[in-house]
Amino acid sequence: MKHIIKSLNKAFDNRVRLGIMSILMVNDWVDFNTIKEQLGLSDGNLASHIKALEKNEYIKINKEFVGKKPRTTYAATGVGKLAFEQHLRALEALLNQNDKEKDSK
Amino acid sequence: MENKNHLEELAYIRSMMEQSSRFISLSGLSGIAAGTVALLGAALVFLYTEVMPFSQRKYYFEGVVREKWGMDYMTFFLLDGIIVLGLALSLGYYFSKRKARKAGQKMWTPSSIRLLVNFLIPLVTGGIFCLILMKKGYFGFVAPATLIFYGLALVNGSKYTLEDIKYLGIAEIILGLLGMWYVGFGLLLWAIGFGILHIIYGIRMYLKYDR
Repeated sequence: MKHIIKSLNKAFDNRVRLGIMSILMVNDWVDFNTIKEQLGLSDGNLASHIKALEKNEYIKINKEFVGKKPRTTYAATGVGKLAFEQHLRALEALLNQNDKEKDSK
Repeated sequence: MENKNHLEELAYIRSMMEQSSRFISLSGLSGIAAGTVALLGAALVFLYTEVMPFSQRKYYFEGVVREKWGMDYMTFFLLDGIIVLGLALSLGYYFSKRKARKAGQKMWTPSSIRLLVNFLIPLVTGGIFCLILMKKGYFGFVAPATLIFYGLALVNGSKYTLEDIKYLGIAEIILGLLGMWYVGFGLLLWAIGFGILHIIYGIRMYLKYDR
C-alpha cells in the first residue's frame, strides 16, 4: 500500500496540473487560451501551474508569432507522458487495492 | 474516503481528455432537422419522376430524357441535392451552436475544426465523385454513392465527436452498398438513410445528451 502511494506523483497533486496534463496527453501543441477556457481558469493561475510543470520538464513550450500576435503553445514531453501514465496506473492500483480490502473485511 | 478522491480524480482526467479532444456539442436536433429536410427532398424527387416509392424499377431509364417544371433531369437532381445539403448543414450548425452556447462552450475549438476537416474530406471527395458519375451518365449509382461517402465521412469524423456517429456512418455505408447492387432502389434507400435514420438517430442522441 505504502509503496503505491509513493508512486503517486507529487507534481500531479493538483487539479489544475492534472487538467493541463490530461489535455496535453491527447492533443499535440495546445495554445494557452484553449487550455485556459477548457479548465475555466484565470491567466495567472494557469501560468503558475504551467511554470511548475515546465520546471519538471513535463511540458515543452513553443512561442511563435501569428501576424503580429504572439502565440504560445504547449505539448507534453516524453518524460511528462511517462510520468503521467505512471501516475494514472498508481491511481488505478490504489483503487483496486482499496476495493479488495473492502471485500475481505 | 480516499478511494472516492482517487475515483473522482480519474473521472476528472477522463472527462478533460474527452472534452479537449472531441466536439461534444453536436445536437440531436441537428439530426432530426437534417432528416426532415432529406425526406422533403426525396419527396420532391418522387413527385418529379412520378414514380411512387417501392415501384421505381424503371424511372432511371425513362427519367433521363424527362423534362418537368422547366428543368431537365440533371439540373433538377443537382438543385434538389444542393438545397437539401445546404439546408441540412445550416440547420445542423444552428442547433449545435445553440447547444454549445447553452453549455457555455465555444463552437470553434481545435476539436470542432478537426471534426469538420475530417468530415469534409470524404464528403467533398464523394460530391466530386457523384458529379462525375452524373456527367458520365451513371445516374443509378449517384444516390447510393452519396450514402457511402456520407457514411465514410461520419465514421472518419466520429473520432472527434460523440462516438455514436460512427454507427450511423456504418449503417449509411451498408445502405449505400445495397443501393449499388439493387440499382432501382437507390432513391428509396437514400430516403431511408438520410431521412429516417437521421431522425431516429437524432431523437436518440437528443434523449441521451441534450436534456
